[in-house]
Amino acid sequence: MDMHHPISSPDGQNVAQDTPRKERLVVVGNGMAGMRTVEELLAKAPGRYDITVFGAEPLPNYNRIMLSPVLAGEKTFDQIVLNSRAWYEENAITLLTGEPVERIDRAAKTVTSVGGRVVAYDRLLLATGSMPFIIPVPGSTLPGVIGFRDLADVDAMLAAAANGGRAVVIGGGLLGLEAANGLRVKGMDVTVVHLMPTLMERQLDPAAGQLLQQELERRGIAVLTGADTAEIVGSDVSGGLRAEAVRLKDGRVLPADLVVMAVGIRPNMALGKAAGLECGRGVKVDDAMRTSDPVIFAVGECVEHRGLTYGLVAPLFEMAKVLADALAGGQGGAYTGSVTSTKLKVTGVDVFSAGDFSGGAGTEEIVFRDPARGVYKRLVLKDNRLLGAVLYGDTKDGGWYFSLLKDGADVSAERDTMIFGPNFSAGGFGGADAGNPKAAVAALPDSAEICGCNGVRKGTIVKAITDKGLTSLDEVRAHTKASASCGSCTGTVEALLAVTAGDAFTAAPAVKPMCTCTHHSHDAVRAAIVAQNLRTMRDVFTALDWTTADGCASCRPALNYYLLCAWPGEYADDYQSRFINERAHANIQKDGTYSVVPRMWGGLTSASELRAIADVVDKFAIPTVKVTGGQRIDLFGVKKEDLPAVWADLNAAGMVSGHAYAKGLRTVKTCVGSEWCRFGTQDSTGLGVKLERMTWGTWTPHKVKLAVSGCPRNCAEATIKDLGVVCVDSGYELHVGGNGGLHVRACDLLVKVATEEEVLEYTGAFMQLYREEARYLERTAPWVERVGLDHITRALVDDAEGRKALHARFLFSQRFSQDDPWAERAAKGVDRHEFSLLAKVG
Amino acid sequence: MDQILSALPQHTTTATALPDDTVWTPVGRVADIPVLGSRVIRTPDGDVALFRTADDAVFALRDRCPHKNGPLSQGIVHGRRVTCPLHNWVIELTTGEAVAPDVGNAGHIPVRVEDGAVSVALGLATAGRGGCKGACHV
Repeated sequence: MDMHHPISSPDGQNVAQDTPRKERLVVVGNGMAGMRTVEELLAKAPGRYDITVFGAEPLPNYNRIMLSPVLAGEKTFDQIVLNSRAWYEENAITLLTGEPVERIDRAAKTVTSVGGRVVAYDRLLLATGSMPFIIPVPGSTLPGVIGFRDLADVDAMLAAAANGGRAVVIGGGLLGLEAANGLRVKGMDVTVVHLMPTLMERQLDPAAGQLLQQELERRGIAVLTGADTAEIVGSDVSGGLRAEAVRLKDGRVLPADLVVMAVGIRPNMALGKAAGLECGRGVKVDDAMRTSDPVIFAVGECVEHRGLTYGLVAPLFEMAKVLADALAGGQGGAYTGSVTSTKLKVTGVDVFSAGDFSGGAGTEEIVFRDPARGVYKRLVLKDNRLLGAVLYGDTKDGGWYFSLLKDGADVSAERDTMIFGPNFSAGGFGGADAGNPKAAVAALPDSAEICGCNGVRKGTIVKAITDKGLTSLDEVRAHTKASASCGSCTGTVEALLAVTAGDAFTAAPAVKPMCTCTHHSHDAVRAAIVAQNLRTMRDVFTALDWTTADGCASCRPALNYYLLCAWPGEYADDYQSRFINERAHANIQKDGTYSVVPRMWGGLTSASELRAIADVVDKFAIPTVKVTGGQRIDLFGVKKEDLPAVWADLNAAGMVSGHAYAKGLRTVKTCVGSEWCRFGTQDSTGLGVKLERMTWGTWTPHKVKLAVSGCPRNCAEATIKDLGVVCVDSGYELHVGGNGGLHVRACDLLVKVATEEEVLEYTGAFMQLYREEARYLERTAPWVERVGLDHITRALVDDAEGRKALHARFLFSQRFSQDDPWAERAAKGVDRHEFSLLAKVG
Repeated sequence: MDQILSALPQHTTTATALPDDTVWTPVGRVADIPVLGSRVIRTPDGDVALFRTADDAVFALRDRCPHKNGPLSQGIVHGRRVTCPLHNWVIELTTGEAVAPDVGNAGHIPVRVEDGAVSVALGLATAGRGGCKGACHV
């Protein structure tokens, strides 16, 4: 299904034939169900319709099920966009976003948007989705009470979380728990209030619900079950009444700066109802997704089909397929309802359920418990067929159980071992392959469902790979949609590619483990530190199954940095995980002596500083004195035992550590600028000093060098620095990602700004983005090349709020790092053992 | 810390039985060495690095990497190994051997810990060997 190259319609007619006027299809709703229908339609009958899409949100079409990872900070919005605006243009679709439709005139066959725009249709598709159900207790409409449905809700939650404070999430179902986890990861104190005795009772049996509750409590989320909300209590703050607490029916009062209502969704059928379409719990549709008006169709969460409504993505996609068939003029299949399965998207918590597991007459159960590993599996069978499955802690076989369940397969042959998964069942007790994903996937039958969201079976994927010669994950996604929605089957699809395409399989840029102590990549470890609230190196080793007791010289410094960056002010620096230069606060040389570089702000020095340096050189018989490329003075050949005394003398003259040894801010190089230079346009030296005052002492993934040039002649060589400022008459150009080292790279121009304040804000924000996103020992130049300048531009230039937040986080972390390490050691005796012999013998 | 250590069994960190007349030179206490860290003893035959592992075992090597004489005492200690600060050679604390693919030995000195007190048998130090002697490129 290549969307970009129209093909003939299934009946062989060329669909782009000359007709007086194409039929007009208007789609109300730019969400997953509506747009999946359009995608399927474009594949089946390209060019058949003039398509207009109305979206209530001011955004392109995005993957709504991925909002939870966005909230938890594991993905960005850009990463969850399904179809960019360019895609709509390429397919000649008129996209009207931020424009909800207000009215349907069935007689005139037109829709009218809130903005008053009237668009005529021949076929109308309602894909209006659902709304969060807000329980009608007093106070439920107060500001500070939100649902969890769209990007605006996520933004509201992130804004609230930025101030810390307390959040109460009402509802312990899928959505509520994902919201609670995200808010907790973002630093809020979170309480989940749930009416039923156990969490996610619609998907999990009580035993699995208990395990889940324990895991969430371990992550610092408070859970109150059997708790019924009586009222949202408001209080008068400047600007009016605002939610302040949640009062339960038993009298308990839970203070809350934010209340998230996630008790369920209700189909958004107001538009259809007002137009007189037959409605029940949703807009009623038949098996071809047609409403009571034959030219109006409906799809997704807004519909009621055979008395049922759906809130999960897989059924929506099944409906979309049937509907696209009907719209394409095919005889199509009928939609007959869906069996659904569920996964909880909380990183590190694996939960899967499918089918009916309530038990009851004639059912039998197979249960597996391994509490020490936190694994629980329960299969419900009836007449030797699988009726339901609940998996907790180990969900890798979920897809297999789900296919058995959907197919209604007779499982009497594998019943003895099926609780252990398909490897065991297929290979008898040949446990040798149990851990091998390729063998596991090879053993699956063609009918096994691989991608639950899109209902893609193994046979379909294998056929696409062989017929079309696919060799990459992205190609498989493009052709089959497998792994294109929630992504949890990505590993299986890759294994399938490897098995089917063999050597041709271009392994997705191989995820390189951090080091031999782990199979996790840098990025995965960083994400886990935040998502799983890992606060110490020991936590990381345990939670991520490190294979060594205390890491190695490669992973320990990286982990130390990641933890320091994630938990500023809280994480205690692990001294023994730092490279010697950062322990000794000087640079080790080939003979085991050290070099010492005092800070000279912006490259400025004075007679008294130079005199003090000269005195130190004489007093300690320092053999070599050298001016560095970063406009500092370097004293070489200092004995380690002498370091504290050397520092004491330099401190006494007002100098502090130059951090020439740090994975941190090294130097800000400047030219003299407008103070002296006849070409200078701005005070480049003064600005350099301000930048250095703001950034010194920071810890970063690798060293960082800045520069400020006073005019485009660029004497400070600012365009090969990590961040360089080039002053011009009208302001300041900011250049980023340059390097003058092994691989020379000129900076990219990021933005031009008018004031010094903006230079400081952008610089702080850039430093923080680099701190938070780059891998340890990755300089800004390779980082910018890896993520792309567009990414940096979006984060810093396009998103003013985001930039300010990054800058604020940078300044916050600086509160804990701007102590002169030399003074601490010279005057306060910190780490004295580092600079003295244990003993002298003989 | 000393109390905790005194509860530990006495041990010597050498694989082979030592002669009865071994001379043990006291050099300090286990608690003086940071966990996963190192301290230096200056001797007429050059510096000796004492290492303490996460499980409080103590080892001694000559403070010279077999590669280019880097001070091993300044390296990062992990497991029963230390990584040299100059060019990341990894040296076994128990034997002084360089971990493959590198080849060489830093020279190893027997250590004895009694009630938290550390002594070394300098007379039984093994000689270092190998390294590239400057012929390779780093």
